[in-house]
Amino acid sequence: MTFVEIKELLIQKFGTDSIEAEETQGLQPALVIKKDHIVEVCLALRDNEKTWFDFLSSLSGIDYGVEAQKFGVVYHLTSILKKHQLVLKVYQENDRDEQNLPVFKSVTSVWKTADWHEREAFDLLGIYFEGHPDLRRILLPDDWEGYPLRKDYKTAEQYHNIKIDL
Amino acid sequence: MVLNLGPQHPSTHGVLRLELITDGEIVKEVIPHLGYLHRCFEKHAEALNYGQIIPFTDRMDYMASMNNNHAFVMGVEKMLGIEDKIPKRVEYIRVLVCELNRIASHLIAIGTYGIDIGAFTPFLWCFRDREHIMNMLEWTSGARMLYNYIWVGGLFYDVPVGFEERCVEFVKYFKPKMKELNELLTENQIFISRTANVGVLPLDVAINYGCSGPMLRGSGLKYDLRREDEYSVYPELDFEIPYAKGEIGTVGDCWNRYKVRIDEIAESLKIIEQCAVKLQHEHKRTPDFDPRALVPKKVVPKQQDFYCRAENPKGEIGFYFIADGKSDKPFRVKSRGPSFNNLSVISEISKGVLIADLVAIIGSIDIVLGEVDR
Repeated sequence: MTFVEIKELLIQKFGTDSIEAEETQGLQPALVIKKDHIVEVCLALRDNEKTWFDFLSSLSGIDYGVEAQKFGVVYHLTSILKKHQLVLKVYQENDRDEQNLPVFKSVTSVWKTADWHEREAFDLLGIYFEGHPDLRRILLPDDWEGYPLRKDYKTAEQYHNIKIDL
Repeated sequence: MVLNLGPQHPSTHGVLRLELITDGEIVKEVIPHLGYLHRCFEKHAEALNYGQIIPFTDRMDYMASMNNNHAFVMGVEKMLGIEDKIPKRVEYIRVLVCELNRIASHLIAIGTYGIDIGAFTPFLWCFRDREHIMNMLEWTSGARMLYNYIWVGGLFYDVPVGFEERCVEFVKYFKPKMKELNELLTENQIFISRTANVGVLPLDVAINYGCSGPMLRGSGLKYDLRREDEYSVYPELDFEIPYAKGEIGTVGDCWNRYKVRIDEIAESLKIIEQCAVKLQHEHKRTPDFDPRALVPKKVVPKQQDFYCRAENPKGEIGFYFIADGKSDKPFRVKSRGPSFNNLSVISEISKGVLIADLVAIIGSIDIVLGEVDR
């Protein structure tokens, strides 16, 4: 299926209110999904026998910079059977306060792959995933402060009174 | 009882701690703890330009640095729109060194897997033969494991004079060695008893957990990105995709995953032979051929995001780039390592197995922790 056909299919199923926008200028066109609809859209794309997106290649958390005040998650889906790919994106505005994390819905119920990828996005970018079964840090120690992949992250100088030499 | 396996386990090629909840000798639950090797690839990538990131990709899967280089470079070339301008000779050399590296990576997987099961001789044989490949790649690139050989737009240098001949020689030497190894290990009854019907990974679970490479093919699916995406010069080459058919035990068990690697080595040898012939006759070395002719002084892709994937020895490696269009540094690079996803399935497939079988299961996944932690 082509990108336009998949978009039509989603509009048919959910009406126009699930798709926020589309980004078609690049090499890989992407659909921007409204963030509350992401789970049902993913589920529909996985189970529809025309799209059959059974394989989640990658899930990336993105910090779009200090001025943009925007966080996002990008999903790269593959259908092994139908041999096509799709990019989905969700965005959310956030004031970068670490007490008030950006929140997205977890797609672990759709693909188990998302489990570790979402934990990684939480660990490194501070994106909270609602409905994740076990959201905790994965690469960094549990008591690490801050989220290192944020654009305004200040490199830690010490950890447990151990000086980090740079 | 809570039992710690690791943080240093020989088959993990790095540092991994598994927390086991056991009842006697039965494993009830496995909780993997990662992060010991975390070297912040994605954070580093924000501060470096595209050319400078290539050496960091080497360190992800340090058993298959060439393949990492190739995947990363392909993505950047696609973003620049120069992927069709790369000379054929360069592409053939890339495929040649990548397949050599694939064999080296599988040899480590097979050799250390033998050790996990308790067979020591195959390990020595595998490392002996891998050494030949390491020497050849060192001869081309100047480094033993971290090559930084494939560059955006070309290569660091042309292959040395006589390299193609040495490849052909290596294939001739290696084929009978492979036969010996099969007799010693693949068809060994003890080895089969330890691996067949152990750690069975059904296909739907494998797909759901994002497993790829020999893990996925070991579960019986013929799926290889070299054929699916037809990148580089793979469409011009003749090779098969091995996958598990269930000759011994159940489809998706440890033996199947091991056998897929053994079969892939034979297919890679075929590719190497073909590449060597092409490089000797069709795309010959000429005095004015410069593999660096197309290397851009400054890599500035226009504003876009792009996900590039390729087939590594361990599975699908992917790089997701975001370029802002102004600087020669990527705004964000996310890397999807195959081992990261392959490892995530471990708690699922090792419920209710014996502790000794768990060792066989970890080994059969063939993870490299540099890629899990990045």
